Amino acid sequence: MLNYILKRVAQSGIVLLVVGLVAFSMFRFVGDPIDNMLGQERTVADIERLRSDLGLDLPFPVQYYKFLEGAVQGNFGVSYRQGRAVSEIIAERAPATLELAAVSGFLAISMGIILGVFTAIRRDGWASHLIMTVSLIGVSLPTFLIGILLIYVFSVDLGWLPSFGRGDVVDLGFWSTGFLTQSGLLALILPSITLGLYQMTLIMRLVRSEMLEVLRQDYIRFARARGLSERVVNFRHALKNTLVPVITVTGLQLGSIIAFAIITESVFQWPGLGLLFINAIQFVDIPVMAAYLMLISVMFVLINLIVDLLYVFVDPRLREGGI
Amino acid sequence: MTLLDISDLTVAFPTRKATFIAVDSANLTVEPGQIHGLVGESGAGKSTIGAAVMGLLDRPGHITGGTISLKGKSISGLDREAMQSLRGKEISMIFQDPLTSLNPLLTVGDQLIETIRNHLGLNEADAKERAIDLLRQVRIPDPDTRIDQYPHQFSGGMRQRVVIALALCSEPDVIIADEPTTALDVSVQAQILELIKDLAQEKQVGVILITHDMGVIADTTDVVTVMYRGKVVETGPTAQVLGQPSHEYTKSLISAVPRPDTKMHRFPLVSYGGRETTFQIEDLARNWKKTELDKSKPLFEIRDLTKKFLKKPALIPSRREFSTAVDQVSFDIKQGEVFGVVGESGSGKSTIARMIAGLYGVDGGTITFDGQEVTGAQDLSSYRSQIQMIFQDPYSSLNPRMRIDAIIAEPARHHGILSGKALQHRVDELLDRVGLGAAAGRKYPHEFSGGQRQRISIARALATQPRFLICDEPTSALDVSIQAQILNILKDLQEHLNLTMLFISHDLPVIRQMCDRVGVMKNGVMVEQADTESLFTAPQHAYTQELLSFMPRLDGVATG
Repeated sequence: MLNYILKRVAQSGIVLLVVGLVAFSMFRFVGDPIDNMLGQERTVADIERLRSDLGLDLPFPVQYYKFLEGAVQGNFGVSYRQGRAVSEIIAERAPATLELAAVSGFLAISMGIILGVFTAIRRDGWASHLIMTVSLIGVSLPTFLIGILLIYVFSVDLGWLPSFGRGDVVDLGFWSTGFLTQSGLLALILPSITLGLYQMTLIMRLVRSEMLEVLRQDYIRFARARGLSERVVNFRHALKNTLVPVITVTGLQLGSIIAFAIITESVFQWPGLGLLFINAIQFVDIPVMAAYLMLISVMFVLINLIVDLLYVFVDPRLREGGI
Repeated sequence: MTLLDISDLTVAFPTRKATFIAVDSANLTVEPGQIHGLVGESGAGKSTIGAAVMGLLDRPGHITGGTISLKGKSISGLDREAMQSLRGKEISMIFQDPLTSLNPLLTVGDQLIETIRNHLGLNEADAKERAIDLLRQVRIPDPDTRIDQYPHQFSGGMRQRVVIALALCSEPDVIIADEPTTALDVSVQAQILELIKDLAQEKQVGVILITHDMGVIADTTDVVTVMYRGKVVETGPTAQVLGQPSHEYTKSLISAVPRPDTKMHRFPLVSYGGRETTFQIEDLARNWKKTELDKSKPLFEIRDLTKKFLKKPALIPSRREFSTAVDQVSFDIKQGEVFGVVGESGSGKSTIARMIAGLYGVDGGTITFDGQEVTGAQDLSSYRSQIQMIFQDPYSSLNPRMRIDAIIAEPARHHGILSGKALQHRVDELLDRVGLGAAAGRKYPHEFSGGQRQRISIARALATQPRFLICDEPTSALDVSIQAQILNILKDLQEHLNLTMLFISHDLPVIRQMCDRVGVMKNGVMVEQADTESLFTAPQHAYTQELLSFMPRLDGVATG
């Protein structure tokens, strides 16, 4: 077991290094940050000085090495645009994105599993057909359109929910949360639905097809033949067996909820990491971009590590020897 | 009093085109303590009767006529809830495959306790005590620790005991056992059948034993009902039905069972109701490039063949653990001979076949083919084109997305033996010869039955005109009548085409009919090698004697 975890952690390290390398090689094509940083009355000497101050005159492998050197010590450099430490900016923005991702992830998983099981058990009922059809619309429409539609209906037309921002937040010192105020909670509703809808549909469809597969298995027939009730058969025997593949996909999807919150954050002007990243790209704010990309890949790697450990937790066959 | 009375039961499966009658006015009764055998080939409707009694018919199947009564009360008209309260409590079921009938994610104890509490309303602790007691009754050693283990920690036979314990949870009156031993080794089969017999006797439970195996019927049942295409053709005391069958179908079914006692030249075919598809061996033999046989010389010399599998991986090589699947096995296969390898599952017989075929690497020892060593040789393509393999499962050994003609052509094309028109001609000829007709080449595997698929596999194996065939349990997934056809084809091929064969099976009567010499495998070691006749008449090794004694026999009943 320990052996397995060590191996996975080592693999994760390599993944992070490669992601960083690719990211750094891309930054050269984003544009020249110096253009944005100096005003109209710049001289060639100013440009050269700033360039060597920032280390941008070095070849990119060296830049990358310097970045890694700092990153290992928790120092991601200083934002070109804001002139503040990147770690500070990220720490400020991360709670907004993580809260949004957590709420929409929770919505996607819980509703996805409930609806998936429902449509599998009642697979010929009209309600299932309705859910399946509506879910198809959910997958087909692009995220920003859903966000705009929701804003139009619930903010503009009905005026029930705020159309942008996080509402009031409470600062806990290291974390600013929107969970503790009414306006904060109301502000979460529309963005989290927008962000989670696609994942929910995906999880629902996956649970449904896995569940239909499991319900055909011998041990389900045998459980019925022993006179166990439908509820026990469906939820105790069938659902648990559908979970392994569901966990895999869900893990990947949770990562992408965090990574691709960018669109939702733009639509709802959500002050999170996604918005920060968009702004950073416009300004060619290399330290911010690098830190953001590393952060996202750490999340992906971490989630997948958790997923692999969850397998072992769910499936006893993997516990000994197998891994 | 009659425990279970099925009268005029008709089960129909309506489909878009027509209604398929799976069971047609079947009658069957079970008394307490009696084991009632239900025998027939696949598609005969025997499992459907079991499912109908349990109220577990797959949709859209339903009972269209007749009644099922349990202890005098009709149960065929009950609604879902009433049926559910009956299931497990008064009627239980044992399924065929113990590997798939237990939930892999719950411990054995969880599944037992859940079922016991569901029926008897005991508390957790009492239910656990009862569960341990049940495991003891089905003779699982050390039930106190075994109860907390997961199904994958049990062997096949032990799992089937757990399944039986689950079926016994609430003291049912009737148990329906649907092919309970088909997936098990003979020695384990004997133990499980013994257990079922004892339980029926002790608890006065009525058992319906569904099987396709006449040997099991002869060994275990008191009364037998023979089914053919949904209809009951004959019913009566087992000794009478097997000894003096009155219906033609029963007669041909019994005669098709490979006999363990004498060797016959050809297998009798089930002639009733079906037409025998012809197999024109002479035509095939005419175009075959035969290699002359020198019967004194061995085609294969196998010395100290060893295969190890990694059991426990570790970073440090010295801490890795291996299990030895095949341990220093040596034997010769003479030219033109059929060499049989027999043994229980896990004994390493298939591993030997895979090493000879070059599918597995060799961890020790040598394989010499026609005087040339093939282990460690650089170029194996000519060797590989001379050996071909026929696999056990005709359903998974054909690619469902490939057309039949492409499947058969593939080995010859791969080895560059034929191409274009000549290849197409070879494929058509082979399909004709195995009795499917050249038109079959344009179809896909799912359009064929198991027996037809196995013919396709044979045609594929013959496409390169090999000298050596490896048959790995070629008929164990087939009905007896189909088995007889396929074995006849293999015998004909071997005689007319000068083929040499390695024939692997767990089925002793089949081995006796097919092979010239036999090697007996146990735990990776070949414990005995002998001529087939002497092995069956005078087995030397204790394990061979044990295997032979477990073999279910038809003859005991038939003569007595």
